[in-house]
Amino acid sequence: MTLVEPELAARVLERALAHGGDFGEVYAEDRYGFALGLDDSKIERPQTGSERGAAVRVVNGDATYFGHVDGLAGDDLVRVAESVAQAVRAGDARRPAALAAARAEVVHAIRERPEEIDVARKAAVLRECDDRARGEGGEVAQVMASYAENRRVVEIFNSDGLAAGDDRTRVRLGVQVVARRDGRVETGHETLGGHVGFEILERDPAAVAERAARKALVALDAVDAPSGRMPIVVGNAFGGVLLHEAVGHGLEADAVQKRASVYAGRLGDALAEAFVTAYDDGRRTNEWGSDGIDDEGTPTQRTTIIEDGRLVSYLYDLLRARKDGVASTGNGRRESFRHLPVPRMTNTFFAAGSQTRDELIAGVDRGLYAVSFGGGQVEPATGDFVFGVSEAYLIEGGAITSPVRGATLIGNGVEALAAVDGIADDLRIATGFCGKAGQRVAAGVGQPHVRLRALTVGGTAA
Amino acid sequence: MSATDLERAAVRAVEAAVAAGADDAEAWAEHAVEREVRVYDGAVESLTDAAGNGVGIRSFSDGRWGYAYGTDLSEAGLSSLAGAAAAAARIADPDEHAGLPDETGAADAGALASPVLADWDTAQKVELAIEVERAARAREGVSQVEEALYADAAQEIAIANSRGFAASYESTIAYAWASAFAGEGSDLMTGLGVGMARDPSGLDPESIGAEAAQRAIDLVGARQPEGRRCPVVLDTFVAASFAGFIGGMLSADAVQRGRSLFAGRVGDEVAGQPFVLVDDGLHPEGPSSAPFDGEGSPRRRTALIEGARLLTFLYDARTARKDDRGTTGNAGRGSYRVPPSVSTTNLVLEAGPETLDDLVRRAGDGLYVATVAGLHSGVNPVSGTFSVGATGRLIENGELTTPVREITIASDLVTMLRAVQAVGGPGRWVPFGGSVRSAPVLIAEMQVSGA
Repeated sequence: MTLVEPELAARVLERALAHGGDFGEVYAEDRYGFALGLDDSKIERPQTGSERGAAVRVVNGDATYFGHVDGLAGDDLVRVAESVAQAVRAGDARRPAALAAARAEVVHAIRERPEEIDVARKAAVLRECDDRARGEGGEVAQVMASYAENRRVVEIFNSDGLAAGDDRTRVRLGVQVVARRDGRVETGHETLGGHVGFEILERDPAAVAERAARKALVALDAVDAPSGRMPIVVGNAFGGVLLHEAVGHGLEADAVQKRASVYAGRLGDALAEAFVTAYDDGRRTNEWGSDGIDDEGTPTQRTTIIEDGRLVSYLYDLLRARKDGVASTGNGRRESFRHLPVPRMTNTFFAAGSQTRDELIAGVDRGLYAVSFGGGQVEPATGDFVFGVSEAYLIEGGAITSPVRGATLIGNGVEALAAVDGIADDLRIATGFCGKAGQRVAAGVGQPHVRLRALTVGGTAA
Repeated sequence: MSATDLERAAVRAVEAAVAAGADDAEAWAEHAVEREVRVYDGAVESLTDAAGNGVGIRSFSDGRWGYAYGTDLSEAGLSSLAGAAAAAARIADPDEHAGLPDETGAADAGALASPVLADWDTAQKVELAIEVERAARAREGVSQVEEALYADAAQEIAIANSRGFAASYESTIAYAWASAFAGEGSDLMTGLGVGMARDPSGLDPESIGAEAAQRAIDLVGARQPEGRRCPVVLDTFVAASFAGFIGGMLSADAVQRGRSLFAGRVGDEVAGQPFVLVDDGLHPEGPSSAPFDGEGSPRRRTALIEGARLLTFLYDARTARKDDRGTTGNAGRGSYRVPPSVSTTNLVLEAGPETLDDLVRRAGDGLYVATVAGLHSGVNPVSGTFSVGATGRLIENGELTTPVREITIASDLVTMLRAVQAVGGPGRWVPFGGSVRSAPVLIAEMQVSGA
């Protein structure tokens, strides 16, 4: 499909820059989504949505002028451009460069288009998840499963002559299980997803439900979490949320340029042991946080953020890259045509090391194995973070012992990075959603198992 | 577009849904014009001007329902949505309690739209945002104002259903906030200042900026203290976050699905006498006030916790039928992109006569909690146990003293609520935990972990 003809895009850009401006952009989007839930063994809340809209942006110096509208009617786009130009008042009209047509390419191969799959098969996946989770034991009290697919076709034109497009499809399955024993209630959660087609759910999707059920059941035996400073082994996959929150957000160039990041002015500094390398990789094939281009038309790429322990790059969109005199790293992302692009992570993860998980655990006499987090929060300006640990175990004498509940990890990103003293070889990436500036985007979080020398655990044990 | 035009669009959407085979149908339509100004270092950083509209259709058929939403309000667009909603309904399992509400109507919510908003031009709004930033920067000790923002929205909402109910209303909102830093390097601390009203004339840029500055300055030099069990004073912002979480747990949907620690506890003593929590969908100052809820039932005022006891849960039509009672008008609607579900409207934590200083004096030796982090990941909704990160200041001999950070406070919600000794004042609307009229709270004792 074509959303905006190049002639119309050119006319809109010309109007947008009628009162000057350094940069003009038209962003058009067609969004489709379908979602289905299962609760109490019943399929519920089926919903489908279709939206089309466009945004016009003009940058003049440090100021951005932005407008958006529902629908892609030519007259509406021109009207938005004129309204944005009204606010600019920079001076003389600027002539945008000539434009070619934007082609929405499929960069990450989709084998089975989800919208072409019979909805009955999607419902069947959820029912299979329900059965499998309940089959794990009589203490499984509730199973909630959700299926979601979406497709976003985007086209971007800018005054530098860029004309680019991207055709993105994502599929995600999530299962939450509640287990009950006497008065105790615990939950387990697992997801599977990617920038991928329905094929991701072809091979045993209910394994997700089985893992969620096991987590909930194991937690029934959990003891109260200890408090105090101790070594931590952080799980792979969703354990990477620690890197995402405590380091990644601080590397986003908007925070850095406003001195709202502890990592400002620290490029080239050794922040971690020499065996530590980390990437933001929006190109990783079929990964959850991947795209073909970012939401400003820059091709996605693998950016090394930490190399051999040194901080080597921040994450840039066009605006912040221009300010620092560097190239965009393809991290200009936005939730939809209703939002301004800002520097955002794509898939952010520690590179695999050479040890095994068991070797990392064997090196701990008394500590915590934090497998997965319920979520977290970080203050990028200070790097201070708090994470709720959703699945954790005690490590005693180099071995995993009892499950624990109610643990939180409290610390500081810079300190935590310096405390990494071992990385395993089992890299996995999980499907996260990242919120920033009121926008929610798909972000892959991941890592191999990672060991930290010491971190504060806020527990519930008296 | 006027509210009545929008109402007509909703009626047409319902007709399209019925034509597509629905036994019953409902349409929710929105139109909004929004303006947002972010300023940095005394100049505009971004200026956003937006208009949008959309509609969502619920299509009921044979005890099943499906939902479809979109931005195309043309005849063809509505008919395609109606078809999609009907197709979605066929996938669902039957739900004997689902259906249009038995009670529909519009209550008197007062004047929700301020005509003053239209009198303010963009330049005045930019100036307001710049004044907020200037007020924050002016305070000695402030090292940076990361962001100062002004935003407003004027929206029209309309609903129609196949039993002949149709209604609409207009509302406006304006808010501003600033995020200030004080201190440098590893001693850097942040503070937020906020204000909300129906139009910009109700915002005081000086106090918003000054609040952001003061909150940051108060925390400079924070260190991790020793752990302790002690009296705790929750700041107004923090109390709002907890109130919002508790409000979510009082949704009948969470209760009926076995996901609330309050299940089966109506009538029980769940809080200290001073802790009175009300959901007020019609509060004259409430940012979320409206004449009807997300499925067309009249909004109202519902006392949730009063006289130490839990009085009721919050209901929409579906959960009310399941419990064989009436709705409380709490079918919430995040936007036309989501079907209705039970949610709080405006939560009001009844304020008491004492000030924050009075509460601190009563605490004697303890902790004042200025911010919490990770509330939603840190609380088990079923057991109510929680452990959340916090910053604040020690209370020594009835005075606020050393700032502290990297601490956690842990308890379970009911234990905490029952230990509430006082709710202070003045009450104040804040955008934390939803839309909450909050106040500081004194808790007799909590576990605080530090070093």
